[in-house]
Amino acid sequence: MSGGLNNTALHELGVAQLAAKLAAREVSSVEATQHFLARIQNENLGAFLATNADVSLAQARAADARLAAGERTPLLGVPLAHKDVFVTRDFPTTAGSKILENYRSPFDATVVGRLGPQGAGMVTLGKLNCDEFAMGSGNDNSAYKPVKNPWDTSRIPGGSSGGSAAAVAARLVPAATGTDTGGSIRQPASLTGITGIKPTYGRCSRYGMVAFASSLDQAGPMARSALDCALLLSSMAGPDPDRDSTSLDLPAADYAADLLAARPASAGDKPLKGLRIGLPTQFFGAGCAPDVLAAVRGALAEYEKLGATLVDVSLPLTELSIPVYYVIAPAEASSNLSRFDGVRYGHRAARYTDLDDMYKKSRSEGFGDEATRRIMIGTYVLSHGYYDAYYLKAQKIRRLIAQDFQTAFAQCDIIAGPVSPTVAWKIGEKSDDPVASYLADIYTLSSSLAGLPGMSVPAGFGAGGMPVGLQLIGNYFKEAQLLGAAHQFQLATDWHLRQPPSL
Amino acid sequence: MSQTHSTVNPFAEMQAGRPTGPLVQGYEVIIGFETHTQLTTQSKIFSRASTAFGAEPNTQASAVDFALPGALPVMNKGAVQRAIEFGLAVNAHVAERSVFARKNYFYPDLPKGYQISQFEIPVVQGGSVEFFLDGEKRSVRLVRAHLEEDAGKSLHEDFIGMSGIDLNRAGTPLLEIVTEPDMRSSAEAVAYAKELHKIVTWIGICDGNMQEGSFRCDANVSVRKPGEPLGTRREIKNLNSFKFMQQAIDYEVRWQIGQIEDGHAIQQATVLFDPDTGETRSMRTKEDAADYRYFPDPDLPPLVIGRDWVEKTRSEMSELPRVMAARFVKDYGLPEYDAGQLTQSKATAAFFEAVAEASQQAKLASNWVMGELSRRLNSEEKPIEDSAVNAAQLASLISRIADGTISNNAARQVFDALWTGEGSNVDAVIEAKGLKQMSDTGELEKIIDDVLAANAKNVEEVKAGNAKAMNALVGQAMKATKGKANPAQVNELLKKKLA
Repeated sequence: MSGGLNNTALHELGVAQLAAKLAAREVSSVEATQHFLARIQNENLGAFLATNADVSLAQARAADARLAAGERTPLLGVPLAHKDVFVTRDFPTTAGSKILENYRSPFDATVVGRLGPQGAGMVTLGKLNCDEFAMGSGNDNSAYKPVKNPWDTSRIPGGSSGGSAAAVAARLVPAATGTDTGGSIRQPASLTGITGIKPTYGRCSRYGMVAFASSLDQAGPMARSALDCALLLSSMAGPDPDRDSTSLDLPAADYAADLLAARPASAGDKPLKGLRIGLPTQFFGAGCAPDVLAAVRGALAEYEKLGATLVDVSLPLTELSIPVYYVIAPAEASSNLSRFDGVRYGHRAARYTDLDDMYKKSRSEGFGDEATRRIMIGTYVLSHGYYDAYYLKAQKIRRLIAQDFQTAFAQCDIIAGPVSPTVAWKIGEKSDDPVASYLADIYTLSSSLAGLPGMSVPAGFGAGGMPVGLQLIGNYFKEAQLLGAAHQFQLATDWHLRQPPSL
Repeated sequence: MSQTHSTVNPFAEMQAGRPTGPLVQGYEVIIGFETHTQLTTQSKIFSRASTAFGAEPNTQASAVDFALPGALPVMNKGAVQRAIEFGLAVNAHVAERSVFARKNYFYPDLPKGYQISQFEIPVVQGGSVEFFLDGEKRSVRLVRAHLEEDAGKSLHEDFIGMSGIDLNRAGTPLLEIVTEPDMRSSAEAVAYAKELHKIVTWIGICDGNMQEGSFRCDANVSVRKPGEPLGTRREIKNLNSFKFMQQAIDYEVRWQIGQIEDGHAIQQATVLFDPDTGETRSMRTKEDAADYRYFPDPDLPPLVIGRDWVEKTRSEMSELPRVMAARFVKDYGLPEYDAGQLTQSKATAAFFEAVAEASQQAKLASNWVMGELSRRLNSEEKPIEDSAVNAAQLASLISRIADGTISNNAARQVFDALWTGEGSNVDAVIEAKGLKQMSDTGELEKIIDDVLAANAKNVEEVKAGNAKAMNALVGQAMKATKGKANPAQVNELLKKKLA
């Protein structure tokens, strides 16, 4: 790959590779940006909700100026796109909802600012489709359009960061931001064959993320490889005490440094010697489809070859994580979404008789079915007389779930299992059965409830040639360990380099 | 959630033992207070927007105050600092860990659709407010004081067919102070409110401006026959003057007694006082009370206050009024009443101390500050900071009374001259006005001899035992000295000469 690369292949490059080309001035940020914008213009996956070539190119020119001035930082000039849950000054922010149609934020989310021209110098290509207010696991709850899986456009890409996942998988962007409340980074990453990490709760500032469930929401990068995720996370993470009281008071690490130092293991090398990988028996039961289990077991066998040892652990409350999550997240959502009342911004009904009528019509018209459903569930579980039985009990079980993880981590360093019990399903398959899609969150919810970091790493293919992800869950603040384990796996395998056949 | 903190009253035993208050038509009046005090922070409780009063609508609201998508609250430490100071001022427990909760309801001037408040675990717990009522010491126990944010304002005038929303006030820090139902009359309620007002302004956590809504009282009022369980209460909202407070409570008490006497049960309700009619009227009853769906705010970690923060605050706090009053009694020998009056405001207390120290005449200083000085200040509606007579002037005036140079009467004339600016130096005024008491005994004896000679008839009557005739002689002598003689000295000399 010595210099002979033409622009038509720029989208083949990951973040680290493209950054190297930019640093070597073999390609300009403007050229890269134009290349990706052209691809986005022709995309038919429904991945993008907004683009603005003028803004993107201006950012690219600014990056080129910094490069020309000699600045060499790891992400400078590399394009990306943001999930439409992050507020942006230069693009509309809708959170996938009609109630925020055409909403324009006067400020950038902290994560957007840290990655953008005022920070790492990445170029924003636009805003990515998602389930309305990040509520969903198929991206079929977007108020604007569903997103299609580039591996099979009759299937969902996963959700709620479905636009981010599809865009990365389809090489429309080298990387994207996502948000994960109960699996919204990991599950779409798994279903589209890309890499994504949800950091420890509080690692990335929530300032400027349209809130779904405040005690669970967490931003993270989605890209093709662990290395690319590490590069992004190093800029996204870090304390934001003046703007988010729940952001961790821990400096971000240079997550990519260790990864870049790692070399592919030669035969007989055991780079992961000593790493104990815990397999929760509850993640490998009958609820998981055989094709998914086969791919996951294949990946675990690879880990053994790399020197890791597999140990059985138990997370006995795994099943309860579904009802617990679907009490706590809607409870917080019902309150968080109260601000969308038609008074100050967002959709207001055209005609109404009085204040109550204005509220009812504006909100009924503005919210889709899933958001409405969760507002109603959340309102119910917080109501007088039900609070103790639902919300308070769910919080108690949440603490027990977190304790179970600590018990497991006494026996292992990383927990592994499937991300999703099946490969991506057909668009519309679960639309009329919300509970069925809730049940599909079973392997991602418990670590979200515990606030632990988790990843999805491409691990092979299942039925219909659809991608399967391996989930890695680390203990608190162990993002570096997770990324390192994923990187070693990716040095030894090429699942993450596979592209959808249509490309 | 157990719906309130006070389902179990830890003071029930004490409560039972509390004296019955003055009865109204055979009923005992029970009053509890909830007071919203606006804290004096420069910026809002969860944002950096300014809290200054009176700006153009919506110019002092940030993304947080507008509840824009993605905005998050961040605690203002200054508000916590003020809550700690209040807790210490009322001998309360400052909680090491308290929790912010969301109170959910829809209203256009509540931008997030919930108010951030403290519900199950408030920052200040217990404590009491002590004061004098008709010379008798009273103590009202506090249940709690919690931090919360204010809402914005709905403007219903000026917008034909519509309402305007001003979010300048949204997010203003409030400390809501809740009492036990310890007050037994409207007079006691007003005395409590005044004392609370004094405490929060004294320690500087609230500017106390009732017109601007910095100090808003809600009164929970019920009546019962002595010995019976507590009656159903009605809450009078937003009492923003001490005068209306008393009127409103008095009206409410009469209304409730009237209802009961007519055989109607009292329904729990929230009422508003209308100063124009002098009546209270119901805003809403318990039936339409909202379910606020309180739950801990996941955007704010529990508020943790280390003991070192509390102790540092304690060491830096200025002397509290009740402590200062006790010191005035002990160090200056003042009656408790005087000490209480002089510590109504920091400025008054400072003025008194300056006068007392300079003149070494504490009781005289107290009399003058509470008497002539406060009369003049009241009639000109001036605060003591703007007094036309300063502490040094009043001290030298008092010194001249104490050393017998001038009489009390003459002193009032000097004070008047100082107040109007006719003079500024006490001794110069005394000199110029010729107010010096006659201290030359020889001269006075001569004048008295003349008086005795000229009033032989009176002298006869005094000798016959007529005390009134003695007064006439004193009057004559004073007149002859143009009031400059010391009346006590005149009396003494007369007695000696007529003996």
